[in-house]
Amino acid sequence: MSQDARDAVGDYRYGFHDPENATIRFDFGLSEQVVRDISELKNEPQWMTDIRVKAFKHFISRPMPDWGNSEMLNSIDFEKVCYYLKSSKGSETDWDEVPEDIKNTFERLGIPDAEQKWLGGVTAQYESEVVYHSIREDLEEQGVVFLDMDSGLREYEDVVKEYFGSVVPYSDNKFSALNTAVWSGGSFLIIPEGVHVEMPVQAYFRINAKNMGQFERTLIIARPGSSVHYIEGCTAPTYSTDSLHSAVVELIAEEGSHIRYSTVQNWSTNVYNLVTKRGVAYRNSTIEWVDGNIGSRLTMKYPAVILKEEGAHAEVISVAYSGEGQHQDAGSKVHHLAPNTTSRILAKSISKNGGRSSYRGLVKVSPKAHNCKVSVVCDALLLDEDSRSDTYPTMEVSNQSCVVEHEASVSKVSGEQLFYLMSRGHTEEQAMGMIINGFFEPFTKELPLEYASELNKLLEMEMEGSIG
Amino acid sequence: MKGILAPHLENMPTSCVLSISDLHVSVEGTTVIKGLSLEIKKGEVHALMGRNGAGKSTLANVLMGHPSYEITQGNIHFNGIPLDELEVFERARAGMFLSFQYPQAIPGVQVGTFLRKSVQAVRKEDCPTNRELRDEMKVAMKILGVENSFLGRYVNDGFSGGEKKRLEILQMLLLKPKLAMLDETDSGLDIDALRMVADGINSISDDAACLVITHYQRLLDHVKPSHVHVMIDGRIVKEGGPELAIQVEDKGYDWLEPTNA
Repeated sequence: MSQDARDAVGDYRYGFHDPENATIRFDFGLSEQVVRDISELKNEPQWMTDIRVKAFKHFISRPMPDWGNSEMLNSIDFEKVCYYLKSSKGSETDWDEVPEDIKNTFERLGIPDAEQKWLGGVTAQYESEVVYHSIREDLEEQGVVFLDMDSGLREYEDVVKEYFGSVVPYSDNKFSALNTAVWSGGSFLIIPEGVHVEMPVQAYFRINAKNMGQFERTLIIARPGSSVHYIEGCTAPTYSTDSLHSAVVELIAEEGSHIRYSTVQNWSTNVYNLVTKRGVAYRNSTIEWVDGNIGSRLTMKYPAVILKEEGAHAEVISVAYSGEGQHQDAGSKVHHLAPNTTSRILAKSISKNGGRSSYRGLVKVSPKAHNCKVSVVCDALLLDEDSRSDTYPTMEVSNQSCVVEHEASVSKVSGEQLFYLMSRGHTEEQAMGMIINGFFEPFTKELPLEYASELNKLLEMEMEGSIG
Repeated sequence: MKGILAPHLENMPTSCVLSISDLHVSVEGTTVIKGLSLEIKKGEVHALMGRNGAGKSTLANVLMGHPSYEITQGNIHFNGIPLDELEVFERARAGMFLSFQYPQAIPGVQVGTFLRKSVQAVRKEDCPTNRELRDEMKVAMKILGVENSFLGRYVNDGFSGGEKKRLEILQMLLLKPKLAMLDETDSGLDIDALRMVADGINSISDDAACLVITHYQRLLDHVKPSHVHVMIDGRIVKEGGPELAIQVEDKGYDWLEPTNA
């Protein structure tokens, strides 16, 4: 097998796929009728159908962004995407009830095992629908709600009506409009006042079919004084044709609460990953985005926090890894709207084999936001001459009492570092893997141990066969 | 002047761990080692002395396989194996160890993890279990006066000069090399650190061949060399026993310049 072929298939261990056994599959292409059909199929209230249709019209009229990677964006053919595909009867709470082939997929991904060992709750989405969800009994007894978004809409319609689109309106950008029009699946999570969810809850998103579009919608509400750590993982088979993943995530952190949202995105390199993530942080609350982008062809994602009330804190730690043919255009946005709010952004990227990483960030401090603290650090590591790293930091500070720190660095792996590690018995690939894992360590140390070691193994695998 | 052995070494097996003959090395077109021969046997401690720029560090780097240096003439054998057949990591796995003059920082990699991974890479045949390794670490860290918190720090990242050298010796003790090369490990150490580093070297010197590169006598007060070599301008110009190191300390290097000989 040629090196290229091995890179494309062999080293991506999640590239397997199962036969498509769709129970409902929409034809390719998008129209108002498709949007209405999705809503009807889900038996949604009229107000949701109306939002979907409005969002669809906005999507059609809104031009493609002219920044990021326009060339790749313009190569997306929205007529060659399947907007809805259902492979199971419904969402089960017992793995044994999940269709055999889908269950096998998630077993290969290690989900049921992880659930037993260290998770407080799990949802697993396959194509358009959540096929499995569960939550530990003790959390349920404390009033924690963890459902797929469709069930959330059915069972907590008032809550969804109040918050859906309140943080990310459909008109925010072209892809938030697309998501609002055709959304399906995703998580709905409410943590009641004062409840601390000690074990992380996890959602796993899997695309299996070719030319699939996955558009999950997630809403997390942390009531006053509560806390939660939500983790999501994403993989897909490697196909020669493209798939599209366009999610919207909305977080509401009420007074004194703490939400940590961790992502390890490892889509195959035929997936366009265009995601809008944003949270609103109220008085003395904290929102943390821990965002890892390893896979996909093009990712454009800028997890955002609106620091709406005094004392709120935003933390965004992100890493991006870009190999051949990949562009990770990632970063963060923080809006300081209130006094004594603080934010810390740490973005690290690695590019190799012609891969391209961009940091794109915006920090805005409003005139009323006195005594804010802002720290932005961007570090890029280039593994060869063909790769590229760009930084686009924007700071709009309208309050003089604000303390802003900004550092950016671009470095290369030095021959002396490699020699030092090789002199301790490590091959060049192992040495490179160690340096890379070390570079990402400020990110991985924020993940649960199981995830961190998985990520480290993944990065080490990426290094195998990459040095010649 | 070859073959000056300390009395307790008379009965050691005579097979050479390291054997260098007529070595010439150039870097970027300049010849820096100009015909050097050296043999080191198990249990021997060879001190290689000389001024800055004499070619001592070059020799250590060449032996470890640094890619910047080119061997233009001569050959090197390690336990009978021609060295040019071995990659850098294979040399380490075969039992060669270099304590670097300027150890590299590897940010984000914890000392404990690094030590464990290195031991697993190098000591494939007698790889200790995690528990055994922990015990070995405890002993080695005690010799070097290193606290447990050291293991949680990032390799050489923000380390003082003394800490870097202690980490080098700690690695040496855990990797149990057959040939230990110490490149200026004594420079920049205070007297306590120097004594600890020396204790480290002494604790392996019966089982290994040691090449100690230094331009001071200082370390040799604590580590008794069986052989002393003086290097000037890419050649060994004088060889002897421990007394040579003392002469060098007293008289400097000028009297050994080939033109003055």
